[in-house]
Amino acid sequence: MNKTSAGKTPAKYGKIVLNILITLAVYAVMMVVIQGGMLSRQMTSIIIPCCINVMLAVSLCLLVGYLGELTLGHAGFMSIGAYAGALLTNYLDMPPVAELLIGMLAGGIIASVFAVVIGLPVLRLKGDYLAIVTLGFGEIIRSVINSLEFTGGAKGLSGIGTYATYKNFTFVYIFVILTILLIANLVHSRHGRAITAVRDNYIAAEAIGIHVGRFKTMAFVISAFFAGLAGVIYAHNVGILKPANFDYNKSIEILVMVVLGGMGNIKGSIIAAIILTLLPEVLRSAADYRMLLYSIVLIAMMLFNNSRFKLAIVEKRNLKKAAEIQKEGE
Amino acid sequence: MSLITGILEQLINGLRTGSIYALIAIGYTMVYGIAKMINFAHGDIIMVGAYSLYVFTAILELPAAAAVILTVAVCAALGIVVERIAYKPLRNAPSLAVLITAIGVSYFLQNTALLIFKATPIPFGSIINISGIRLGNINISGVTLVTFVATAVMMVGLTLFVNKTRAGSAMRAVSEDRGAASLMGINVNKTISMTFAIGSALAAVAGILYICQYQSLQPTLGALPGIKAFVAAVLGGIGNIPGAMLGGLLLGIIESLSRAYISTQLADAIVYGVLVIVLLVRPSGLLGKQKTEKV
Repeated sequence: MNKTSAGKTPAKYGKIVLNILITLAVYAVMMVVIQGGMLSRQMTSIIIPCCINVMLAVSLCLLVGYLGELTLGHAGFMSIGAYAGALLTNYLDMPPVAELLIGMLAGGIIASVFAVVIGLPVLRLKGDYLAIVTLGFGEIIRSVINSLEFTGGAKGLSGIGTYATYKNFTFVYIFVILTILLIANLVHSRHGRAITAVRDNYIAAEAIGIHVGRFKTMAFVISAFFAGLAGVIYAHNVGILKPANFDYNKSIEILVMVVLGGMGNIKGSIIAAIILTLLPEVLRSAADYRMLLYSIVLIAMMLFNNSRFKLAIVEKRNLKKAAEIQKEGE
Repeated sequence: MSLITGILEQLINGLRTGSIYALIAIGYTMVYGIAKMINFAHGDIIMVGAYSLYVFTAILELPAAAAVILTVAVCAALGIVVERIAYKPLRNAPSLAVLITAIGVSYFLQNTALLIFKATPIPFGSIINISGIRLGNINISGVTLVTFVATAVMMVGLTLFVNKTRAGSAMRAVSEDRGAASLMGINVNKTISMTFAIGSALAAVAGILYICQYQSLQPTLGALPGIKAFVAAVLGGIGNIPGAMLGGLLLGIIESLSRAYISTQLADAIVYGVLVIVLLVRPSGLLGKQKTEKV
C-alpha cells in the first residue's frame, strides 16, 4: 500500500464495493447458467476461452497500455507456460486441483524466467523494432518447441488432463479475478506510476530518478507470468497442445483485444476480450461470412475511434470534467 | 567438389527466394518511410496478385504478358484504394490504431479470397516457359533466371526513379519531413498514394514470381512471405530502400543454407535469431540511420 491510498474518499470506497458486487454478480449468474444447464454445448465450450483471453488481454494491457511498448510475442510466453505446466501435470500423479495449481505456478515462473532472459537485451529497442524482435522471439519459441522431442513436436503434446473445463469454472474464475486485481493494483501503485511515467516520457522519468530499464523489465516479466498462467489453463482446457496454435496470429489476436478495449484501460481490455471471443461464436450462423464481418467490424471500429465525431464526444466529456474540477476548487 | 556444387546450388536457391523477399520488403520499407506505419496487409497484396494472375491466365485465358500487366495494375489500384479508405483517415492517429487497421485489412483481403476461391489449394501452372541453363555442374531453372532478371530490373529502375526523378525526390522529401514537404508545394496525398501504388505493384511482381515457383494458390499464401519480407525490411533498416534489398537477399540465403545444412525445422528460428542479433548490435538495422533522441 502506498501513502496516497491512505486518504481514500467515500467515492473511492463506493467504487471498490461496486467492483466487488459486479464480480460476485457475474460469478452468481455464470454458476446459475452453468448449473442450470441453460447453455448450448457451444456456449459452455467458450466460457473458459473467454476467461483465458481476459487474462491474456489484461496482462498484455500492462505492457502495451501502461508501459507503452508494442510487443507481438505474447503467444510465445503463453506457449512456454502451457508446455511447462502440461509437461509437469503429465508427470505428476496427484489430485487434479493440486496438479493444476503446481502446474500453473511452474508455468508462470518458467514464462517469467524466459521473460527476464529475453527482456534484458531486447527492451533496449524501441517502437517498431521492439515489436518485430518480440515477434521474432515468439516465432523462435514456436519453432524450437516444434523441433524438440519431449514437447511432441509438430504432432503436439496430448494426454493432458482436461481439468480446466467449464465444470471447474470457480477455479478458473478465481485466477481471472486474481490476475485483474494484481495488475490493477500494480498499475495504481507507486511502481505502476513509475511504469506510466516511462511510457509518457522516458527521458523525463530517468531524470527524476526512475530506473527505466528495471521498470520495463519488471512489467515485461509480470506480463509474461500471467500469460504463462493463462497458457497452463489453456493447456488443461483443450487437452492437446500444438505449436501451430501459438503463432504470431495469436499474439495479434490478443493485441487487438487490448487496442480495441482502449489502451491503458483494464476494464476495456476485459470487455473487448469477452466480446471478441464471443463474436465468432455469435456470428456462427453467418458461417462463411463471419471472419469477413469480423475484419470489417475491426476496421470500422478503428476508423470510428479516431473519427472527428468520436473526438468531439471525448472533448465534450473532458470539458465537463474540467468544469466540475473547477467547481470543486471554488 | 560436390560439396561446393551443393553450396552453390543452395546459394542460388537462397538468392531466388531472397529476391522475392527483397521485392516485398521494398514495399514495406517505402510505405514505412513515408507513412510511418507497418502495413500488415502488404503480404496479402501478394496473394491478390497471385489470384489475379490465375484469373487472367487460367479463366480469362489472356496471353501471359497482358495478364502480368493487368495483375500489376490491379494490385497498384488496390494499394491506392486501401490507403484511401483505411489508412488516410488515421493519418494523425496513434500508430497502434493504424497497425490494427492494417491487420483488419489483411483479414479482410484473406477472407474475401476465401469466400471467392474457397480454402482448397488451386494448382497453377507456371506462366514462365523458359528452359533453364547449366553452368558447370549447376542447373539454374527458367523461373530462377526470370526471378533474377525481373528483380534486378525492378531494383535498378526503382533506385533511378527515387534518386533521379521529380516524383522520386518528392517521395524522399515527404518521408523526411511531411510538413516541410507540403510547405514546399509537394502534394503529400498524391505522393503517399503513389508510394502505395509502387509498393503494391512490386508486391504483385513478387506474387507472380512466387506463384510460378510454388504453383499452388491458397488464400493465406501471402502471410508467410509477407512476414519474412517484413523481417528482411527491419534487418536492413526499415525506411531504407537499399537496406530492404540487402535484407531480403541475406534473409533468403540464410534461410536456404540453414534449411539445407542445419535443420529444416529450425530454419525459421535461425532466421529470426539472426534478426535479433543484428538488432542488438545495430538497433536500427544494417543500413538504418541511428537517431539520437532529444528532450
